Amino acid sequence: MSDTSVNNTSKAAQVQIGQVQIGHGDAGFSDFYALLKPRVMSLVVFTALVGLLAAPQPVHPFVAFVAILFIALGGGASGALNMWWDADIDRIMKRTQKRPIPAGRVTEGEALGFGAFLSVFSVVMLGLAANWVAAGILAFTIFFYVVVYTMWLKRTTPQNIVIGGAAGAFPPMIGWAVATGGISIESVLMFCLTFMWTPPHFWALALFMKSDYHEAKVPMLTVTHGRKSTRLHILVYTLLLAPVAIGISFTSIGGPVYLAVSLIFNALFVKGAWDIWRRDEAQAEADGYRTEKKVFGLSLLYLFAQFGAILVESTLRIYGMGGW
Amino acid sequence: MALKVEHELHRRRLGRNIGLGLVLLAFVGLVFGLTLVKTKRGDFNMQPEQSQTQQGASG
Repeated sequence: MSDTSVNNTSKAAQVQIGQVQIGHGDAGFSDFYALLKPRVMSLVVFTALVGLLAAPQPVHPFVAFVAILFIALGGGASGALNMWWDADIDRIMKRTQKRPIPAGRVTEGEALGFGAFLSVFSVVMLGLAANWVAAGILAFTIFFYVVVYTMWLKRTTPQNIVIGGAAGAFPPMIGWAVATGGISIESVLMFCLTFMWTPPHFWALALFMKSDYHEAKVPMLTVTHGRKSTRLHILVYTLLLAPVAIGISFTSIGGPVYLAVSLIFNALFVKGAWDIWRRDEAQAEADGYRTEKKVFGLSLLYLFAQFGAILVESTLRIYGMGGW
Repeated sequence: MALKVEHELHRRRLGRNIGLGLVLLAFVGLVFGLTLVKTKRGDFNMQPEQSQTQQGASG
């Protein structure tokens, strides 16, 4: 037997040992962190923080920090439960194949236990740290994302993103409830802003990731109604989003800075949606879905700018300059 | 060949144990901090309001 074959056999044995042992409950810390969907969590943290800071009642900085931490943890817990339930389709889709469960680093049972524990823990801790209204909305958010969106809608209707998007829209309402202990028109409008933004954002992604959803048999609009219909839906939802976003300008959390930012970004978003609607598949495939990718990137910047402007208004208000 | 083989598995376990330890320490710090803030704000004040006590005494 040559040295090369001995080395190859040895390496193969090591890999086999590694696979068997690591597959049985030996995930690293970073694998559990990845279960929390850190990128989604960053959006949750940002919008919840804006909701909290835009509220009229001040919150002690340490209580605010702890509240945001447990809102983020609750969002992460629902992400872990989503990965547990969707492990079968995550193995099929290229975009999700490197997640801890399909990659074999975390078992499905571990993800379920981890997600369920953190869900209860984050809700109870938010209730104790802030108030039970905020904790109740967080509990409902986790329920909505895991049960209503992941288990029910995602695989049954092309409207999955529209209704399921509500789960991602609750964080600013939770932040507002941490400060005020209730719900108001401003917090509902912040919810509506993210709720209406989610469909065009995800459909732009689905246009250039279509094969992924198709192979996993997830009924995305692109799969069930075709790409032309999806392009029209993006335009319609972007047009419906604009008045909601601009309408926030005239509430107690808006002002001239928000109005200016909102007008600019809604004009850009509508223009992007218009460009998507006017294109056909031949044009999109010819340039590698450049416009769709550009609008997807713009949609991320759009949400950041809208909530950033609310934050600027609330900061200016401290110095007696914000609002009308 | 080394007698003690450092496997990927050992590094993962060490990382997980250190991570969990730090998380638990941070949690203790959070609860301590929250307790201080809430105690200072009077969230745990079990005494009845002075005005109510006086009203009760006069009535």
